[in-house]
Amino acid sequence: MPSNPPSGPDPRLLRLVNMALVLTGLSVLCGLVIVDAIVHPGRYLAKEPAPVETKAAVPEMKAAEIVDGKDVESGFVAEGDYLLVKASCTGCHSSALVLQNRASREGWESMIRWMQETQKLWDLGENEDKILDYLATYYAPKESGRRPNLEIRDEDWYFLE
Amino acid sequence: MPKKSPEEIGINELYSQDPIEADRRVWGRETDPESRRGFLKKGALALMASALGADIVFAANMPAGLIPAGLFLNRDGVLPGKHPDLVVLNDRPVNAETPAHLLDDLDTPASLLFVRNNGIAPENLNPATWTLTIDGEAVHAPKTYSLAELKQKFPVHTYRLVLECGGNGRGEFNPPAKGNQWTTGAVGCAAWTGIRLKDLLQDVGIKSNAVYIGYYGADIHLSGDPGKVVISRGVPIAKALEDETLIAWAMNGQDLPPLNGFPLRLVIGGWPASVSGKWLTRISVRDRVHDGEKMNGGSYRMPQYPVAPGTEVPKEDMTIIESMPVKSLITFPKTGAMLRQGQVLNLRGKAWAGDLTVAKMEVSIDFGATWQTAQLEAPANRLAWQRWTASVRLPSKGYYEVWAKATDSRGVSQPMVVPGWNPSGYLNNATHRIAVKMV
Repeated sequence: MPSNPPSGPDPRLLRLVNMALVLTGLSVLCGLVIVDAIVHPGRYLAKEPAPVETKAAVPEMKAAEIVDGKDVESGFVAEGDYLLVKASCTGCHSSALVLQNRASREGWESMIRWMQETQKLWDLGENEDKILDYLATYYAPKESGRRPNLEIRDEDWYFLE
Repeated sequence: MPKKSPEEIGINELYSQDPIEADRRVWGRETDPESRRGFLKKGALALMASALGADIVFAANMPAGLIPAGLFLNRDGVLPGKHPDLVVLNDRPVNAETPAHLLDDLDTPASLLFVRNNGIAPENLNPATWTLTIDGEAVHAPKTYSLAELKQKFPVHTYRLVLECGGNGRGEFNPPAKGNQWTTGAVGCAAWTGIRLKDLLQDVGIKSNAVYIGYYGADIHLSGDPGKVVISRGVPIAKALEDETLIAWAMNGQDLPPLNGFPLRLVIGGWPASVSGKWLTRISVRDRVHDGEKMNGGSYRMPQYPVAPGTEVPKEDMTIIESMPVKSLITFPKTGAMLRQGQVLNLRGKAWAGDLTVAKMEVSIDFGATWQTAQLEAPANRLAWQRWTASVRLPSKGYYEVWAKATDSRGVSQPMVVPGWNPSGYLNNATHRIAVKMV
């Protein structure tokens, strides 16, 4: 890699960021403003501009995409505090790790404690309750027997030649 | 999702080389010099937040050198060097399993070998400068070898060895256990080439107080903290000194796949694959049971006695998993096969039994009421899986499940229901099932 002035971001990498933005189809203002408004409602009531500079990194603006009730980017059920959960839980690991697990509120809390004790998860502060409520509501355990039915979708049956 | 671009690989490479420098170069981010957390410049936070599409809550606490997961490279669902039909359970860290019908080869191809990573796979590693150090309380003196030296100095061996994740099958346990919800595909058996660990340890010289070995690798902790070990497990010295315990640089005659440990790894067949350390840089010969990351707590441990589902088991009652249990898969046909009346159903599969061999293989088409013995081949070598075949006739039209059951050399069979619940969801070796119809 060529060396760069120590102050600013590498323009090549800024293009990379641009590309990442386009590829992931993310909201810039919408996503920011929505979450920011949740976290700091006063800021918007006072009609202050959002304290961000996004000029270099915004080739395209798209609203946060929700399909079939799920946030497309993370796969989270797009209800309740999902944006808070997305921002808090996907810093270190993929949302997929959350999506494939099911647990009670206590179970999710023990996972958070484990991540705080061993994986450097930071203090979630007053948001912890909201995160736990969300996870325990939308990703609760399902009752099942000792072996589930084999689920084959109609279109997946095929003739064996 | 579009395929990843070279630039996207770049961000991960950059972070794997120097996460703090990567922070500065990608985002212009500088953190508090004392806490190494937070953002000194608003612009960097804004840039990162806008790329993520969400504000970063508690940004002041965000550690330096962390790649925001929203930008991880494999958002398209296809992993580098892997078959597109691998099921990606998690993309950070990468965990992906192989559908049973793709495990039909005797030697699992590199593109079809499951991935179970605990941290971030390091990229762009240089085999020319790679070294392996042997140290620990039970060596006379630490010794370091280059990869080239390992290849030249010791006899080279190739063995077919099964690697299976201890949590394979976790998804069926109830109440659910935390972690990757593997179904049946965290297993594979390939031809591994390398040197015997015992030859290397003999060259180093180990003391009579050797109890255990523990490995260290070059993978990167999810938190980005270079001081944190991702995983460091191992085996008792007796297992370490078996002929088949390899320090391997090749899989099926090719360099190891980057996601599976390139350029050097341990391969210790028959035990949870987590003992087969990847991106191997160091092996410590210990005078006690190795106490590395994921050797303690609930990791890779089972209750010493059967427990009711959901039981909280005291730590001292949990023991380290050693040999994996007997298990098998139906690798042909793929589930969902429809046959016409009169058509014979030809079945193929694999069976393995940890440190033991498989003595008998049976299939059932009536939910385990009756069993038909399958033809079973001998393993290519100790700790390799064994091929089996069978032909069955479905008596009439209708829905059937084919169940496959292996029995090991000590007479222990796979259970037809999910075996004993355990807190972390290990060792589910229930019979594999596929659905078939005669129409």
